[in-house]
Amino acid sequence: MKAAVITFPGSNRDGDVARALRQAGATVVSAWHADHDLPAGTDLAVLPGGFSYGDYLRCGAIASRAPIMDAVRAHAGRGGLVLGICNGFQILCESGLLPGVLMRNADLHFICRRQHLKVARADTAFTNRYHVGQVIDVCIAHGEGNYVCDEETLHELESEGRVAFRYCDAAGNVSRAANPNGSLNDIAGVFSEDLNVLGMMPHPENLIDDLVGGVDGRGLFESLAAA
Amino acid sequence: MKARVTVTLKQGVLDPQGKAIEGGLKSLGIEGIGTVRQGKVFDIEVESADKAKAESVLRDACERLLANTVIENYRIELAE
Repeated sequence: MKAAVITFPGSNRDGDVARALRQAGATVVSAWHADHDLPAGTDLAVLPGGFSYGDYLRCGAIASRAPIMDAVRAHAGRGGLVLGICNGFQILCESGLLPGVLMRNADLHFICRRQHLKVARADTAFTNRYHVGQVIDVCIAHGEGNYVCDEETLHELESEGRVAFRYCDAAGNVSRAANPNGSLNDIAGVFSEDLNVLGMMPHPENLIDDLVGGVDGRGLFESLAAA
Repeated sequence: MKARVTVTLKQGVLDPQGKAIEGGLKSLGIEGIGTVRQGKVFDIEVESADKAKAESVLRDACERLLANTVIENYRIELAE
């Protein structure tokens, strides 16, 4: 598994996601937003968290038009794996690789805290080290994580099993009360039609070592490293 | 040629910022405020002096970057 972590101006979680991937056994290389190609042999393109272009215009909007994104689109079109975390998810939505959009959190606050997620699908390259219904404890840190799409798209996502994770409480109850940002159907992450692109607001790369509070994020990177 | 592009949220899209601004205006005691929806204004100097050409350039700019047409509408106005 060779993963290319793409740095945009304003990315700040590139180092953390690279560490998580290396820990899981993946080979990690860096890519730059202005590059026109992904490094040769890239299996997984990673769009890390951060505040690309200072969140100007709309979160992820300017980064989604960067030269490297044409290469990411081509990679995804060939069935290559793409992971976008937080700002990376926003970039994927803005680039059209995933449907919908991440809007301002319903309560307008930037939320930075631990958050439980329920695994909705475990038969994918991203999630096969988890099981369906498993509750994982990760982190969220975003001001624009309120997932919105039109009714038709929402129906497609649900009926095709393209929701990856939902916000829940520690007991695994998915509810409005456990939803931090107002996302439709408590959606925390979605897959592309072919399940080779995943975008998610929470940060699994924060929880890969007991030293910082837990290892529930490892499953995602171990799934990918074995893909 | 000077142009103004206005980007607003489509009808039915929730606007938490607009709601907060609405609340702010009401808490200031400003009477007669109904609902508030917020958006963005871009003042753009277009190189072309030809109106049709300028409009087509701006339309392209809106579709490709200035607006996210999943949730936003845009309006282009060209100065006379």
